[in-house]
Amino acid sequence: MEENTVKPGLFEKGGKLGWLHSSWDAFDTFLRVPATVTSKGAHVRDAVDIKRVMIIVVLALVPAALFGMWNVGYQYNLATGDLPGFWNQFFWGLFKVLPLFLVSYIVGLGIEFASAQIKGEEVNEGYLVSGMLIPLIVPVDVPLWMLAIATAFAVIFGKEVFGGTGMNFLNPALLCRAFLFFSYPSAMSGSQVWIAHRCGADAVTGATPLSYLSEGQGAMDALSNAGFSFWQMFSGIIPGSVGETSVIAILIGAVILIWTGVASWKIMVSSVAGGLLIGWLGTLCNATDIPAYYHLVMGGFALGSVFMATDPVTSAQTECGKWIYGFLVGAIAVIVRLFNPGYAEGMMLAILLGNVFAPIIDHCVVSAHISRRAKKIA
Amino acid sequence: MSNIIDLKKGLNIPVSGTAALETKKTIVPDVVAVKPSDFKGLFPRLLVKEGDKVLAGSPVLADKQNPDILVTSPVGGTVQEIVRGEKRKLLAVLIKADAAGEAVDFGTGMPANAEAVKETLLKSGLWPFIIQRPYGIIANPAVTPKAVFVSAFSTAPLAADAEYALGGEVDAIQAGVSAVAKIAKVIVCVNDSASAFAKLSDATIYTVNGKKHPAGNVGVQISHISPIKKGETVWTLSLEALAAIGKLIKTGKVDLTRKVAVTGPAAIEPAYVTALPGTPIAALKSFYNSAEAELRFISGDILSGENVGENGYLGFKDNQVTIMKEGREREWFGWAKPFRFNQFSSSMTYFSWLLPKKKYNMDTNVHGGPRAFVLSDVYGKVLPMDLYPVYLVKACLAGDIDKMEKFGIYEVLPEDLALCEFVDPSKNNIQAMIQSGIDLMIKEMA
Repeated sequence: MEENTVKPGLFEKGGKLGWLHSSWDAFDTFLRVPATVTSKGAHVRDAVDIKRVMIIVVLALVPAALFGMWNVGYQYNLATGDLPGFWNQFFWGLFKVLPLFLVSYIVGLGIEFASAQIKGEEVNEGYLVSGMLIPLIVPVDVPLWMLAIATAFAVIFGKEVFGGTGMNFLNPALLCRAFLFFSYPSAMSGSQVWIAHRCGADAVTGATPLSYLSEGQGAMDALSNAGFSFWQMFSGIIPGSVGETSVIAILIGAVILIWTGVASWKIMVSSVAGGLLIGWLGTLCNATDIPAYYHLVMGGFALGSVFMATDPVTSAQTECGKWIYGFLVGAIAVIVRLFNPGYAEGMMLAILLGNVFAPIIDHCVVSAHISRRAKKIA
Repeated sequence: MSNIIDLKKGLNIPVSGTAALETKKTIVPDVVAVKPSDFKGLFPRLLVKEGDKVLAGSPVLADKQNPDILVTSPVGGTVQEIVRGEKRKLLAVLIKADAAGEAVDFGTGMPANAEAVKETLLKSGLWPFIIQRPYGIIANPAVTPKAVFVSAFSTAPLAADAEYALGGEVDAIQAGVSAVAKIAKVIVCVNDSASAFAKLSDATIYTVNGKKHPAGNVGVQISHISPIKKGETVWTLSLEALAAIGKLIKTGKVDLTRKVAVTGPAAIEPAYVTALPGTPIAALKSFYNSAEAELRFISGDILSGENVGENGYLGFKDNQVTIMKEGREREWFGWAKPFRFNQFSSSMTYFSWLLPKKKYNMDTNVHGGPRAFVLSDVYGKVLPMDLYPVYLVKACLAGDIDKMEKFGIYEVLPEDLALCEFVDPSKNNIQAMIQSGIDLMIKEMA
């Protein structure tokens, strides 16, 4: 009824700026529920839409992001003695991390809008989550131009070429991280990248707990010598990628995701089970002396299991497949950690590998379903 | 009784406007419409012209492919108008009822055998009430089905209460069951072993334990009792149809009078009326106020009914009319608001679970834009069938007959997946997708 007064014909198809319809529509529907009424099929529809689903994931990421911001300041404080006080540390971290968010959202959403314009479709909300995840899984000092290139690569080649959200087979945020990792390894690994430093200052050295895994049987000693206890890693006051360190903050997100049903608890549980099993086998065969449960709180395992392995588009689609997929992700992550000392963070590649295998897992589950059906009705 | 089916999955949509269990009035329509679109699979040939006298039971339409299949007039009167649409497509035959209300006498008495039953049903125009699965089309009289399924209850939103609407017609329904049982085994599903329909003889009774929609859908019941294999045929009949068959046998006349539930959030004092199929919606004027808001008039329920409009007619097989507001209002920040207590969502992303008893004044807003399938586990939760709904829908979209067969196209009609459509956050028109798959199957397998 009132729609024509606020939504100008200017942006409608045929209007003067009709070619901007997708972008206009994105902002318009961002503000107000579209006036569309059902035309076919069910006359009423559930109030939930993809916007709601995505905002829940963003909300679930907020604790990890806020903690990450504070931790950036706190780690700097630990290393240099500057910045006393909680709020000093938080705001210093905020100003370090905010540019990452800006770059991620501007580049990613820019590409999303452009491709929606080109295709004449509505803008997908999927990037709201990817854009939030990307800053949380990179070292805080990653150069912004690198982040911009990696984001562009991930969105274009990880998603848009396949048809946008819902059609991609790799998690775009992890693809962005993988691109950074393989293209600019010096900015993504080693012990010099994890603690933010001020322009012009020397890099601050601070290894993440994962780097001690290569010690094999001596890893436990190395960890405690470096001052990493289980509880420190669990609470997250350690160096690492911005949002990955605090298992507490991530668990808050996990509770939100599981309660709302947005992410699969099956994947989370089986991924933890896979990680624990391989971690335990690792201690059995003397590959390491680190107890299995340590793997859950180190590096990106928690963030990956909760937020990225559970990406509903790139994970397995069948319920049975989700158990297998999650287990595979957790297991591969710890295998890489234990047996590839050169590359300590197994979670990223484990999930990407899981993404690649997900369609095969689904295919097997679906084939079993088909033959079971065939037998039942035969 | 050992025939028990337990169904746990499903969803009852808490929409307001349940019809009170009272019959407010008996509608004697001035004009009734016979619409070919009420009969899926019918290729209509017109048998009357404007001005012709017809009786209740006189043939109005025949099927071009199978001329034995007739659709007959529900009233005695005169053909007032033949309504045609684009390319002269036949839309409706309007019959002006006269006061005498004469009916064709088809003779009383139980037909002796299957052939006689078929003949009676074909001649009287009750045959088109028999729906054949797979595909949900008018049954082919030349095929003997493996069974005839009847669901004696409905779980659809605001559906007419079978015990109230048809409890008084158990005798007629029994006669109908006994007649149909001469053709094939009859299986009746009840939701309570104390139901009036649990005592029907000449039928196998199954008790369905499951209060959530779509437990009352006959398709769901078939898939649990005797899933349809490729090449097999089953028939389904509604209780109304069985009652009409029974009355035909007992009185020799076609009497399609039924109790119709007038329901929906925009219905004023929703209750039952006694009406005929083809009754104009406008005859229900006392139940709505179309001056206040733009309304939608649905013949059937809110999930699978047909939007017929205020100038439309009650569908031939429907015993429910739902009236609701068109949802063209635009809510600010709908998706971002933490609480939207006036909107229902089965998803936990909203807080509808805090108000489990609340009935919602729902409208027809889609609540979002169309997207690709993103979530994978929301559909299975409302489908108590051994199916992978998203895979089936994608096979339909791809037109892949082999995959459609494997994923169970023979077992479903769009109505069975209506709830998947309701809960879909990606707002796909799943029922239309399934129908397109079924249409393709009909075309290719013919």
